[in-house]
Amino acid sequence: MPRSLDAFSRRRFLAATGALAASAALPNVLFAHTGGSSRLVVVILRGALDGLAAVPPHADPDYSALHRELAIFAPGVADGALPLDHTFGLHPSLAFLHERYGAGELVVFQAVASPYRDRSHFDGQNVLENGLTKPIGTADGWLNRALAALPSGTGRTAERAVAISQNIPLILRGDAPVISKSPQATPDVDEDLLARLADLYSKDDWFSARLSEAVQTAQLGNEGAESPAMTAASPSKPTVPDRVGGVMRMAATLMRSEGGPEVAVIEAGGWDTHANQGGAKGVLAQRLAGLDQGLRTLAAELGSLWGQTAVLVVTEFGRTAAMNGTRGTDHGTGGCAFLAGGAVRGGRVIADWPGLARTALLDGRDLRPTLDLRSVFKAVLDEHLHVDAKTLSGRIFPDSAGARPLQGLIRA
Amino acid sequence: MMQPEIAVLRFGLGARPGELAAAAGDPRVWLEQQIKGPVPLAGDTPLAPSEQIFRELLAAREERQEMKRESATRSDTDVKFNPIRDAYLPHYRAQVLARAQSAALTSRPFAERLVHFWSNHFAVSADKGAVFGVAGTLENEAIRPHVTGRFIELLTAVETHPAMIGFLDNQYSVGKDSELALLARRRDERQTARQRDSAPDKPRREFGINENLAREILELHTLGVNGGYTQSDVTSFAQIITGWSIGGGKGRLAGGEPGRFYFRDNLHEPGAKTFLGKTYHEEGQRQGEAVLADLARNPATARFIATKLVRHFVADDPPPAAVERVANAFLHSGGYLPHVYTALIAAPEAWDPEMRKFKTPEDFVFSTLRALDVAPRQPEEVVRSFELLGQRQYTPGSPAGWPDTSKSWDGSDALMHRVLWASRVAAKYERGIAPEDLAASSLGAYARPETMTALRRATSGGQAVALLLMSPEFQRR
Repeated sequence: MPRSLDAFSRRRFLAATGALAASAALPNVLFAHTGGSSRLVVVILRGALDGLAAVPPHADPDYSALHRELAIFAPGVADGALPLDHTFGLHPSLAFLHERYGAGELVVFQAVASPYRDRSHFDGQNVLENGLTKPIGTADGWLNRALAALPSGTGRTAERAVAISQNIPLILRGDAPVISKSPQATPDVDEDLLARLADLYSKDDWFSARLSEAVQTAQLGNEGAESPAMTAASPSKPTVPDRVGGVMRMAATLMRSEGGPEVAVIEAGGWDTHANQGGAKGVLAQRLAGLDQGLRTLAAELGSLWGQTAVLVVTEFGRTAAMNGTRGTDHGTGGCAFLAGGAVRGGRVIADWPGLARTALLDGRDLRPTLDLRSVFKAVLDEHLHVDAKTLSGRIFPDSAGARPLQGLIRA
Repeated sequence: MMQPEIAVLRFGLGARPGELAAAAGDPRVWLEQQIKGPVPLAGDTPLAPSEQIFRELLAAREERQEMKRESATRSDTDVKFNPIRDAYLPHYRAQVLARAQSAALTSRPFAERLVHFWSNHFAVSADKGAVFGVAGTLENEAIRPHVTGRFIELLTAVETHPAMIGFLDNQYSVGKDSELALLARRRDERQTARQRDSAPDKPRREFGINENLAREILELHTLGVNGGYTQSDVTSFAQIITGWSIGGGKGRLAGGEPGRFYFRDNLHEPGAKTFLGKTYHEEGQRQGEAVLADLARNPATARFIATKLVRHFVADDPPPAAVERVANAFLHSGGYLPHVYTALIAAPEAWDPEMRKFKTPEDFVFSTLRALDVAPRQPEEVVRSFELLGQRQYTPGSPAGWPDTSKSWDGSDALMHRVLWASRVAAKYERGIAPEDLAASSLGAYARPETMTALRRATSGGQAVALLLMSPEFQRR
């Protein structure tokens, strides 16, 4: 289609001439026939990231006494935090995010939480993903409901979002069609076999829908896929850091492709640090370095698209303010979140800091949340994907009137 | 109608040749006969017990520390060799192979499925480094002997198994007023008085609890997340089970047989404690056991377990009547599991001819092995199959275990990986198989006419077998 080619070359041209900021500032209608210019990546950290380690409040007078050997020192000393503002820093493993902060492309949120106030991972993740105020009540996710409400682009495949895994996580489940694509390649599936299967599934809607989707997706992004030899690596190193890079690369490859998805969801596990969490070095530091490296890969692979991308990094809840008896942290409430990307109006920490004094803590143990994560979600959906405000506070996030969207997170 | 097929395909692990005929007499009796006595592994892969594996781990840790000391004093620091992984890897592989062999060969597939069900209910994940080599031992040592006993026996065996203690970090959870904590405090006070100026910033080792095991016992193993407990119950229960640990160690943590459950009295928080409104006056390990006993007969536990069983055997949305029936059997029998399973078998909803469960990768692999009547010999073959299909054995990642609903497994990418795996397996094992006979022996009356037509029209035996394995009727149970 010549029209989309035109738009494509225009985008490339703008990027090549370093006019990315200009391209992001152009009215969306210019890109409407390629399906909108905005790209959104949601990274879900499963297991509850310790926000007080990732975004250390080094200036808080109670921080180091509570977090003890897990605390990150103030900037300026060996293994100290990377500086943000007077109160907060970033964990020293988060070098790429820190660069983005310096470039005005990262907003750091501290003392945030979903509406969920108990401490179960699984219910907490449900609330994070279903967009409700309680863990049960709907089988679909807020991001899928948002997709259904997007202004429709022309010349696009029906699926506007991809889960970078074999299966679809709750946040993307629902009526709007989405695809799943894992970084493991599926080479040499015999085409004749696929055709015969399509025939065999013709009376079974459930199977036939999935197969046709799978066939359409199979060739997508194969340049970003891992070869079977790589995925058959020894299971003795199942840790996340190694895998995040491949997943990020796959997301970027798909989003870059002509007519590719605008939205991607990525999951990373291993944040449930009940024991031997470590401080500037150690288990959590390695996980954070893996995440940071993965985000760097994502940005590099997105290339010129990075300028119109927002990456939202969230987790189900924070962890206890005090170190527990096994040099780790237990399930808490308030935590941190990140919004990074060329489309983000960043270089800021957004935190109404409640402090870590004993009386300030929630139930005497957790960082008290002062910002509802849905205020962040709504802002991103509104400013970045242009979902209309009424739908946001209605179908997508029911009972969320109290969580007003933040303003100005995305570059105008 | 379809009753032998339902017994074998839904309650069992998929039909081996001749199994549908064996179940045809009385499918319910065929099932009930399987739930008597322990359920040992079928197959012949030798497995090391957990204490041996733990001892090897301890030795490997020392070796690693030795290596670190050496490499610190030498110029070449290129130490790629990882003694802990090397100690663990053969055990992990053997456990995965043994599991697949047992699933392929067992003549008690309903009991074997129940073992898998409980293993997932009481999940430990091999992607935690310390658990990697012992993940399968929980299933084989704590679950297989007790799967047809009382729930309290199963529960106690699981919560005192070193793999669970290690996975949920309870071994060094220490009471604030335990002997160990008191000693340390007194020593600190003496030192502080003496060296107040010499090392003012040196952090003191503070002892305290770790909530992880206590919380997951309540949320995932017994009451369920809506089972009526609060954060203070979690904290209190964590105090109650301080000292539930693993033997072996040095200094003040010496004691107990290395690699076996060991109650460390000097870590235990002394005194009576209140949990769910009841005060427990028992001493030491008895206190935790008393709580477990109460949890095992709590109606919330009965309902939670019943809901999960019905979800596993009937449908993703468990029919309330069936849940009620199974929960009642649990309560009225005092958690006697054979009665619970019998109630499940008696639930009419479980015999609905419509196959409503989309197979998990495990279901798919095990039912394929049974259909083809092959037991794997190479661990690598099994390990790689599950990696490809997205369910690496013993690595659910979280203590909640693998999800048990279709939506968690039915992505289009997942389906493509099944097609790939099915075509590889079919190519490997198709020789000597008549596809239509295979359809009859593995699916019975569930084999649809259009599938039989597709098998007849296939261009090769391998393609026919792949089509059968990927047919909608084979993909569901």
